Amino acid sequence: MTQVVVTVMPKEGVLDPQGQAVQGALAQLGFAGVDGVRIGKRIELEIAGEDPEGQARAMCEQLLANALIEDFWVEVAA
Amino acid sequence: MTVAVVRFPGSLDHDSARRAVERLGARAEYAWHADGELPAETTAVLLPGGFSYGDHLRCGAIASRAPVMAAVRRHAEAGGRVVGICNGFQVLCEAGLLPGALRRNATLSFVCRQMDLEVADAETPWTGGLPSGAGLSIPIKNNEGAWYGDPAAARVVLRYGPDNPLGSTGRVAGIASPAGNVMGLMPHPEEACDPLLGSTDGGLVLSGLLGRAA
Repeated sequence: MTQVVVTVMPKEGVLDPQGQAVQGALAQLGFAGVDGVRIGKRIELEIAGEDPEGQARAMCEQLLANALIEDFWVEVAA
Repeated sequence: MTVAVVRFPGSLDHDSARRAVERLGARAEYAWHADGELPAETTAVLLPGGFSYGDHLRCGAIASRAPVMAAVRRHAEAGGRVVGICNGFQVLCEAGLLPGALRRNATLSFVCRQMDLEVADAETPWTGGLPSGAGLSIPIKNNEGAWYGDPAAARVVLRYGPDNPLGSTGRVAGIASPAGNVMGLMPHPEEACDPLLGSTDGGLVLSGLLGRAA
């Protein structure tokens, strides 16, 4: 079994209202130096069989990410 | 005329959709997400609002891969009429049957209110023959209703007013496929079919289900 970590983030240029709201809240708490906040998700997969990275990429393309609004990164755990 | 109203786990608005379809004089038949085929007598398809599969991953993403969607795709590709309302619109975008994607509202809040819409394209079956610029009053109720995409590459049928409360690109409220037979919109026409609810404009949208199959 191989652990593969997928990170999905809103594409650059796509409005991330969740990140903006968190940025506002951080400023309210006194963290004055925060210039940007973007929020995505981390998906941990336990994959059996050949080519876990390739399988994970296919999963991203077919379901885990929406290429129109999201970028994804696939990382195989050492 | 028989409209297949597709139910996913987490669909909410199938009963009101069914009532609205019957009010138009058509039959409504439920289809289940795990079905491989639509009911045999289906002439049009309605994907109702709700929170299919709990809105997990992305709204409509998991529903768009459900077995019944292969049958909906065949129906659409044969020229059959399909309308997706709210979550149903999200499902159609995730399925690639309509362009773009629905994102979190710019307000970061669930928005539930009556909306003034304007007809942007009078040539589809989904505006009851009203001319471009005509107004419709139909409610919205959603959390992820901001359409994102290239308005120039989409067939925009309905727009919000200048206040554009959800932050939709190009004030898009509803779009159709290039041929016009597939329609998706965030407002809820099925909740605007009874004078008791303050507007019957939704019937103009849903009357698009009754036209010729192709």
